[in-house]
Amino acid sequence: MRSLPRPQVVQQTYPHWFYLPAGLVFIVFFLVPTALAFYFSLTRWSLFDATFIGLDNYATFLGDPQLMTGLRNTLIYAVMTSGLKVIIALPLAVLLTSRIRLKGLFRGIIFFPVLVSTVAVGITFSTLMQPSTGLINTFLGYLGLPTLDWLGNPRLALFSVALVDVWKGIGLAMVIFIAGILSIPVEYFEAARLEGGTWVAFRHVILPLSRNATFTVILLSFIGGLRTFDLIWTMTHGGPGFASDVLTSVIYKEYQAGFYGLSTAGNVVLFILVTIIVYPLLRFFNSLELEL
Amino acid sequence: MRIWKLIKGLWVDIVALIVAGIVFVVPFIFIFLTAAKTRGEAALFQFSWPSQFQLLENIREVMAFGDNRMFLALWNSTVLTVGSMTLIVLFSALVAFVLQRRQDRVASVVSSIMLAGLIIPPAVVPTIFLLQWLGIYKTLFGLIMVEVAYTMPFAILIFRAFMASIPRELDEAAIIDGASPLRVFSSIILPLLKPAIITVIVTSSVGIYNDFTGPLYFLPGSENVTVQLTLFSFMSQFGSQWNLLFANVLVITVLPLIMFMFFQRQIVSGMTAGAIKG
Repeated sequence: MRSLPRPQVVQQTYPHWFYLPAGLVFIVFFLVPTALAFYFSLTRWSLFDATFIGLDNYATFLGDPQLMTGLRNTLIYAVMTSGLKVIIALPLAVLLTSRIRLKGLFRGIIFFPVLVSTVAVGITFSTLMQPSTGLINTFLGYLGLPTLDWLGNPRLALFSVALVDVWKGIGLAMVIFIAGILSIPVEYFEAARLEGGTWVAFRHVILPLSRNATFTVILLSFIGGLRTFDLIWTMTHGGPGFASDVLTSVIYKEYQAGFYGLSTAGNVVLFILVTIIVYPLLRFFNSLELEL
Repeated sequence: MRIWKLIKGLWVDIVALIVAGIVFVVPFIFIFLTAAKTRGEAALFQFSWPSQFQLLENIREVMAFGDNRMFLALWNSTVLTVGSMTLIVLFSALVAFVLQRRQDRVASVVSSIMLAGLIIPPAVVPTIFLLQWLGIYKTLFGLIMVEVAYTMPFAILIFRAFMASIPRELDEAAIIDGASPLRVFSSIILPLLKPAIITVIVTSSVGIYNDFTGPLYFLPGSENVTVQLTLFSFMSQFGSQWNLLFANVLVITVLPLIMFMFFQRQIVSGMTAGAIKG
């Protein structure tokens, strides 16, 4: 083992002031607003003057069924999108690391939506999901399957948007899984194949050894799901009624209506929600992390 | 036996091709076809070849709409993306360099702040308040600062993971030769970080170019329009002019498409390998 360089040399070679430009921007434009949010969420606020009203905004929030729907929908959306992304992307990654032809083409096609604007995707699928003339229902009708009012049915709208989210994000999840599978040593596959073929290889090699990739996918899509806004806003505006409202769309609506204090309280609720779910998850995943 | 195996193999390929074609390619063909139709025909939402192919006319109309507003939007989005990315790459690489090399208490504080930045949803209205107080609300500069603050944690994560593969001996040798830390950073570290820089540029620049929420909150006003917001104003302005709306979608998708064609290989072959270990 080589000796560590003396502290003074480290001090001179890697100066702390290199943190300064990034730190300044991050503190001013991220940490300060976050800290301010806690104070302003306790006020009735018009940007010019703020009246301290204690926990009233939170009481309003918890007492309003519409806002609580937003909270519940946020959780459903995050669980559904992250779950589906794992379930679909992992087999896809296995297929696209196997000896299938046109691998590169498939990977490219599936990844491309990741790079397309979420608003554009939302607009496109809103028309594809039109109940009477939309392409999806036309196709289902052609196959003799029942057609659905994807975005107009209050009990379906949130799920329809979540499906589009999965469509757009599956490419990223797939690429992460591919990287995970490619990092598994080849000998493991050979051993498993000798033992019992493809299924054994999947069940006993790929599934356990791509655990790190699975955690990454779950974390990224869960965080993304809790913070989702663009797609919901483009496709349903939180409707019909308030059926597909999520926390971020509630925050935006309250902001538009001029209820800045209430909007910020919604932001703090989202902050707390993300923190109490994601940090323990992160801890748990880190404790299970694999070294290949 | 071998022939049967070949057929079996091809069968999977063909099914995969059909499914991927229907699910992932048809929506884009639909965009293209609708963008080439007349107003009346586009409103039918049919998946058909336009009876009168007028893609170029539609695009011209989109570009000219509202006093050439699209050109302004493209310019604003370019300034936003290029400006943000320059600062993100530079500032984040500086942090990652020191962060990976020094394992002291400051480094662990910086690491946990970075993690928080990745996870915590930004507080929007207080940010507007702050931008207003600083006098940079509704300015491109203000939005650039916000995008930089939001994106740096991710860039630092990628750069730090990659820094581990650059041998420390290189820095030491340069220092012994009398180079200053800034010199070591600019002439040794930055060039060697190139693959990680490409990863960050590909992923983050598309994210910033496609950002809708940021401009919506922090850059309102028609003179500040960015490409994502052109879609929304077009939706209300044109009402049911779906052909122009989809022509607009095509116009703003050109840049991501170019990005994709240039970096397709890096993207599809595990560019995220560095990110997994975190």
